[in-house]
Order: sequence, then C-alpha cells, then structure tokens
Amino acid sequence: MIIALAATAYLFKVFGLVVLGSRQLPKVFDRCLGLIPAALLAALVAKDTFSIGQSLVIDARVAGFVVAIIAAWRRAPLIVVVVLAAGATALVRAI
Amino acid sequence: MTRGLAPTKCCAEFFSEFFGVRRFFAPLAEPAVRRVVVASLTLGGAVGVFALSFGVASVSAGASVWQTCALSLFVFTGASQFSAMSVVGAGGSVLAAFGGAALLAARNFVYGLALSSSAKSMAGSLPRRLFAAHFVIDETTALALAQESPRLRKIAFWTTGIGLFSFWNLGTLIGALAGNAIDPQKFGLDIAFPAAFIVMLLPHLRSKLGRQAAALGGALCLISISFFPVGIPILIAACAVLIGLRND
Repeated sequence: MIIALAATAYLFKVFGLVVLGSRQLPKVFDRCLGLIPAALLAALVAKDTFSIGQSLVIDARVAGFVVAIIAAWRRAPLIVVVVLAAGATALVRAI
Repeated sequence: MTRGLAPTKCCAEFFSEFFGVRRFFAPLAEPAVRRVVVASLTLGGAVGVFALSFGVASVSAGASVWQTCALSLFVFTGASQFSAMSVVGAGGSVLAAFGGAALLAARNFVYGLALSSSAKSMAGSLPRRLFAAHFVIDETTALALAQESPRLRKIAFWTTGIGLFSFWNLGTLIGALAGNAIDPQKFGLDIAFPAAFIVMLLPHLRSKLGRQAAALGGALCLISISFFPVGIPILIAACAVLIGLRND
C-alpha cells in the first residue's frame, strides 16, 4: 500500500509539473479538484469522531471534537489543537 | 537569526554539489532572499511539529515505526498520509485507504500545473524537474507562487521543499518512536487525526462552494458508514466535489 501510494502521489506531482506543462485545463475540472480536500477532510472528521468500524457511536471523542473546533476557530496552531483535543477526550474518559 | 539560517547554508552546500544551486543561496545577505528563507524555515519548523503528531497517530493506528517513516519519506503529502493511516487504523481495507489518500494527493497535480510555467527556471533539466516533482506540495507551491521574480521563486521552492522534507521526516521519526511507548486510548490520541483534519479543513471553508462540499462530504460519509465497509464512505463522500460542476 505504501509503495502504491508513494507511486501515485509522485505521479500526480510529475503529471502536473513536468508532463502536462502549461497546457490549459477546463475551469470546471480545476474547481472540482480544488473541492476534494474540503469534502474528504470533512468526511474523515465525521468518520473518526462518530464511528467505530461500521457502527455510529457517540463517546468521549465528541469532547475532543468540540474542543478541536473551538481551538481551530481561535487559530491555535495544529499541535495545540491536537493536544487540547486529546486532553479533553482523555479527561472525559478518565471521569 | 544566524542560528536559524545555519542549516540552510549547510543544506545549500550539500545540494549545490548535485543541483548547482549554490549561487542562489550565497546572497543570503540580501533582505528579499533572507525573508524568503526565514519564511521557509519557520514553515518547516511548524510542519515538523505537525509531523510529530503524524508519527504518534500513525503508530497508534497500528503502523510500525518504519512503515510510518516510509510514508513520510516516499509519499510526502501530509493529508494523504493522515487519511491512509486513519482508514487502516479503523480496520478498513488497503484499497479503501489507498483510494481516499490518492484522491487527496490529486491536488498536487493542480499545484504542479500552477508551478509548471516556472518549472524550467526553478529546476532546469528534465531529471532535475523529475526530482523537483517530489516536493510539489501545498507549502512549496504557496511560497513559490508568492514570489515575484523567477529567481526568488526558485529559492522559495527549494528551501521550502528541502527544509520541509527534512523537518517532516525528522518529526515523523520522533513522533513514531514516542507514540510506540504510550497507550493511545488513555491519552485520547484517537482524536488526534480528526483534530488535525479540522485544522486542515478550516482554510477550505472560506468559500461558499468549499463549505457546501464539506457539509455534503461529511453527511454522505455519516449516512453511508453503517452500510459500507470501512473506508468506502470516504470515497462516497468524494462525490461531493461534483457540486463544483454547478454555477459556471
């Protein structure tokens, strides 16, 4: 998996930088590609916060989720957000 | 200031042997050049800390230290690495993990396109451009495109690229080693991935289309979780990008 992913990630980079050069692509295509991170990251957050395997669950992670949103909203650096979120989850679990 | 610049100089000497970029690092006394280099290194340091959390999270998700390091060395695209490990850690199939991560890596293609007009002046010959491609990521693209002259663009691309690569891999290694020594659940580290994703998501919510794609992607994922094997809902959520087809 690691090798395949490495190869794919590299091919994407090379394709844009070297192969296609400055050829123009349709704008719609550009816009859809640009939306990939928004859609996927939101989906990953949903999955990692509200599910275990194939079941939907609400547990201590929700506390970390809320804290992370607030911290990110206040423009805290990534590591601070992660530490605060983990701390909140750990705290709720310990109680 | 001088202490912060020392690694760049060292880096520059090393790479000048192979890529002939020494003359571009020599004029560090020049304010414009120094600004670019300081910006690159600051970014590199921040990304190194980010890599720490990747190392910890990846090992917590069940990867070995060397697998975690291999991801950072050879994939070298943060969001894809995080996404792949998060799916694998939840028990998803390798194919599903790969699919989501590959989709996230697809934006580097756009970055490559954006940089391609200055590729020749930044990297020169074809082999060098092929090497440069490995460093086409969010940060290098942003910093390179922010520069006005081709010369500054080249400096920005390479210092950011090489600096980030070093920090990213060093951070991953330290994080992976540290993560091995602790119980992830007890410290709430299972929230590390989503917390990092939230931070990465934020800049994409500035546009209306971005917010719609995020809302739709999250909803599609939650709806499909119970019905599909782990990892597949992420791919289903990717269909949310099709709203980009509207309002031309």
